[in-house]
Amino acid sequence: MLMASATAKTTFNIEKIRKDFPILDRKVNGYPLVYFDNAATSQTPKQVIDAIVDYYSNYNANIHRGVHALSQEATDAYEQARIKIQRHFNIPNAYQTLFTAGTTHGINMVASGYASILKEGDEVLVSALEHHSNIVPWQMLCEKTGAKLKVIPMLETGTLDMEAFDALLSDRLKVVFVNHVSNALGTINPIAEIITKAHQKGAVVLVDGAQAAPHIKADVQELDVDFYVVSAHKICGPTGVGMLYGKEDLLKLLPPYQGGGEMIDQVTFEKTTYAGLPHKFEAGTPNICGGIAFGVALDYMNEIGFDAIAKYEHQLLEYATSKLQEIEGLRIYGESKDKTAVVSFNINGIHPYDMGTILDKLGIAVRTGHHCAQPIMDFYKISGTVRASFSFYNTFEEIDTFVAAVIRAKEMLS
Amino acid sequence: MSSIQEIQQEIVEEFEMFDDWMQRYEYMIELGKSLPLIDEKYKTEEYIIKGCQSKVWVHADLNDDKIEFTADSDAIITKGIIAILIRSFSNQPPQEILDADTSFIDKIGLKEHLSPTRANGLVSMIKQIKLYAIAYQAKANSK
Ligand SMILES: Cc1ncc(COP(=O)(O)O)c(C=O)c1O
Repeated sequence: MLMASATAKTTFNIEKIRKDFPILDRKVNGYPLVYFDNAATSQTPKQVIDAIVDYYSNYNANIHRGVHALSQEATDAYEQARIKIQRHFNIPNAYQTLFTAGTTHGINMVASGYASILKEGDEVLVSALEHHSNIVPWQMLCEKTGAKLKVIPMLETGTLDMEAFDALLSDRLKVVFVNHVSNALGTINPIAEIITKAHQKGAVVLVDGAQAAPHIKADVQELDVDFYVVSAHKICGPTGVGMLYGKEDLLKLLPPYQGGGEMIDQVTFEKTTYAGLPHKFEAGTPNICGGIAFGVALDYMNEIGFDAIAKYEHQLLEYATSKLQEIEGLRIYGESKDKTAVVSFNINGIHPYDMGTILDKLGIAVRTGHHCAQPIMDFYKISGTVRASFSFYNTFEEIDTFVAAVIRAKEMLS
Repeated sequence: MSSIQEIQQEIVEEFEMFDDWMQRYEYMIELGKSLPLIDEKYKTEEYIIKGCQSKVWVHADLNDDKIEFTADSDAIITKGIIAILIRSFSNQPPQEILDADTSFIDKIGLKEHLSPTRANGLVSMIKQIKLYAIAYQAKANSK
């Protein structure tokens, strides 16, 4: 592994990258911070922090409304950020690149739109690997419309049962909702295949890209996906902002999600005509600074390069997996060949909460619990797991520290 | 029988013997392991307090005007804190329980475990202990 780490270093300047993240110098409980909760939220490079400070220091104003200079500057920067996001995901037009408050918001925008489209007897398919934010809105939708919610089951390896998926494809199928990458297990789902097969049945597919975006540069046109949603805070951006991509005809078909300013064309008390895309879906003052910082975060990651990021993170994943597997009684959940840098595990007889508490005492941040994906935990008949998720600014040395801490915690707890 | 205050002082003194968090945690884990088992018949939905992270079960009985608590958790660190709380609150009269507080937990360096955002069930457990005390108090007064 030393070799792998040495070659990685030649293409990947980890020391330089780490200097971009001020928080990595922090101590927690007297130990240098080891941040392995990247799947929950990523840390913020100083380039993004500077953009936020710059916005509030120099050109904070409301957008699209004023003729004055600051408003113009803010509007330009916000719209430029939209174009950066558009290019990043290879979205055909800027107006199909909608700003949202995050993945959850984007999913709800689509789900609530389908409430006026779906009818009783229609079918909606979700995967067993979903985050609660990709289950609950569809349950609500099905309750409202009388459509039937069906589930693509999972296999012991933490991958989707694609044979069962084939069997679930019916002519009544209208919408499929699946995540690109599972947050609890790191499984990369075969979304290209799911999209192709769903389209053959005339169904549309929404892909939750929240966990994929930090590792995979998705091309929405190549995937031919109908809707794609992400959150900026998992890709080095700030919280409370995200993106919804939709195919043009579908976005035109969906009714607006919220009423308010900015989204209207004409308002009289009899009738309001809605503005065109994207404004129809962007009522109210948006997270202007967040949107601008989102664009800067994508610039930052693209500068490093997603191929280099994926390659380096894969080495971290393999290193951590092999080291952890040496620990007796440790089981890793999620053994897909295609995985992002996530290790979800338990040690025989040790509660994940206890493991997480001791690791925290040693300065190591991991997530414990059901990861908002209770159906996966029910499948494995466990209450939760310990999840370590790595990012391109993590190091092999941090993994050594982490593995030593897991062993120490295991000794204390058993 | 010592008062709640005396017991809490005793616990604080015990924890003062340790010089670092590791020893404190090891001791707490030991206490968790030696916590008298709750009767399996009380490990049901009726007695459960669901934290997001760990589960807690609590049951109370009145013996000689004193409340006896038994409890359990699926996480050993939570169980260790339960052991400390039970030692301080169990076998005490309802009024004493109502008058007592849990600030001694801060003094032994375990404050973070009683944070409401921790979602381990302990904050609700303390509330539950107080509710039992109120209920038994009301029952005693109505006799
Ligand atoms: C797969 C997945 N979907 C959706 C979400 C929700 O994202 P947000 O909280 O930013 O709306 C998350 C976040 O944890 C996630 O991992």
